[in-house]
Amino acid sequence: MVTIDSRGIYYMNLNKQIRQEVKNGADEILLKNVNGQRYIADAIRGNIKFTIEGIPGNDLAAYMDGPEVIVKGNAQDAVANTMNGGTIVINGDAGDTLGYAMRGGEVFIRGNVGYRVGIHMKEYGEQIPTIVVGGKTGDFLGEYMAGGIIVVLGQPDGNEVIGNYCGTGMHGGVMYIRGEIPAHKLGREVQTAELTDKDIEFLEGIISRYKDYFKLQLKDIKCSDFTKLQPQGTRPYGDLYTKY
Amino acid sequence: MLREGDIRIPSGCAISGFINRKGNRVAGDQIIRSIALMHDRSNGLGGGFAAYGIYPEFKDYYAFHLFYEDNTVRENTERYLTTHFNLEMGGPIPTRKTKGITNAPLIWRYFVKPKLEMLYQTELSPNEFVVERVMEINTLCRGAYIFSSGKNMGAFKGVGYPEDIGEFYRLDEYQGYTWTAHGRFPTNTPGWWGGAHPFTLLDWSVVHNGEISSYDANRRFLEMFGYKCTLQTDTEAIAYIFDLLLRRHCLPLDVAVSVVASPFWAEIDRMPEQKKKLYRSARIVYSSLLINGPFSIILGSDNGIMALNDRLKLRPLTAAEHGDFLYVASEESAIREICPSPERVWSPRGGEPVIGVLEDGVVETDDSACLKL
Repeated sequence: MVTIDSRGIYYMNLNKQIRQEVKNGADEILLKNVNGQRYIADAIRGNIKFTIEGIPGNDLAAYMDGPEVIVKGNAQDAVANTMNGGTIVINGDAGDTLGYAMRGGEVFIRGNVGYRVGIHMKEYGEQIPTIVVGGKTGDFLGEYMAGGIIVVLGQPDGNEVIGNYCGTGMHGGVMYIRGEIPAHKLGREVQTAELTDKDIEFLEGIISRYKDYFKLQLKDIKCSDFTKLQPQGTRPYGDLYTKY
Repeated sequence: MLREGDIRIPSGCAISGFINRKGNRVAGDQIIRSIALMHDRSNGLGGGFAAYGIYPEFKDYYAFHLFYEDNTVRENTERYLTTHFNLEMGGPIPTRKTKGITNAPLIWRYFVKPKLEMLYQTELSPNEFVVERVMEINTLCRGAYIFSSGKNMGAFKGVGYPEDIGEFYRLDEYQGYTWTAHGRFPTNTPGWWGGAHPFTLLDWSVVHNGEISSYDANRRFLEMFGYKCTLQTDTEAIAYIFDLLLRRHCLPLDVAVSVVASPFWAEIDRMPEQKKKLYRSARIVYSSLLINGPFSIILGSDNGIMALNDRLKLRPLTAAEHGDFLYVASEESAIREICPSPERVWSPRGGEPVIGVLEDGVVETDDSACLKL
């Protein structure tokens, strides 16, 4: 394992160093004392494990394809921007636009996330991005969502789990939100649907993985309590300018 | 001094601030470290700071900070100042030669009180008199700009990266209980000394990350109350909006917030009856003061700070608490740089203010109650 003390290192130099270590064949990199350095693990491919102590800067793991990233603290904005593959585990909260245009891989967040999480996620074939939020979310969750899966556990109490305008412009993918959702919190392009056995099976699997990552019990979370959200159609703005 | 002109440069910003609620003063190097961490959010075309509690020996005097294009402008402006004010002390603001800071205008500071005969003649309160004079100088004295006019506080700003501006103004030598900072990435215009943040009037200061698409609607409304937007930057309007709402119209802070970051009508419709009535009224009476567009701001006053996002939260904002300190910044890392393990860290919702005020009795107050946050 390679350890890099990141205290006071400019983001560009830190990322150069990380790339050099990856090139040298490192399969495990521990970044200590990170504080605000942007673009960590961006566009890195392969089977590498990053452990980050501190607060990574914006655009953590953008375009990443393969690695596992463990963040010991909170993360800032735009985690997993256009990420293609791999797993991110955040042991705290994360900021706005997490999973922006994400197209593969998984992100597990122990706590809360900000606004516009999962904006314009997409999927193709086997490539199905997944975001699991342990806490609550801000407004515009899954905005313009074109594919992928978002799960929100709403801890600790399951009240006010999401903000307003959830799923505005959604035209693909699926969201599972714990509890009932008042209609006014939903965007016009989204609808609720009955949970199928397959959904329940998926939720059981993903929640048990969440529990394992964060070593939690979560006895009061029942898969049958989730609301499933899916798009009303695949082209919400198809006749915005012309009707035919 | 190069004035901001007609060029449009479509191109972010950084803000940071903190208050010690017990009124304990800390040196300026802390806020410099915090804003410097977000170096890449700005592009060297503007940086600035507001500091409260820095002039205790002159706490009853208005501290005017001015930019002059040359000495002729300064002499003319000083003639104007001495006609209206008693000057206790004046002189250039101490600066140090700093790499990256060039083309500085003349930067002067005066500690003044309005002449009593002037107050009697105009029948204005000292604050109102000062506001009118600030507007007059910034409009009529071409090449002279008052960029700070409060008591026991001051703004320090210019063209450059914020950490260099802080070094230039020797902020490590000042002690304040509240500090705010801004790193600029000008959108739409090139960036000039007067256009750097914070924008101030009396004790109010505003640092702002964002862009106000309602600027002209806001400006036209403010002009009806005598405010003149002369500094070519949208943030100036925000400072005047809060002066109008909080000082002159004496609105409570939450109502003022509901004016500038009003909830959507659909949300107002879901409120309980009484609250609905209040929010509807505020939105109707002050419809022209709704700030549209993305913003995160920190409003400073002698009594405290308030951080606020636009209602759609189109700009980042994180808050943290530790002991007597409340911190707010564009990025959490900027807070942790000066407070590594805060007791609480959170992200406010769009339109939800984060407020830190001095504890009761910490600072003596001498003016109308509604000046307070």
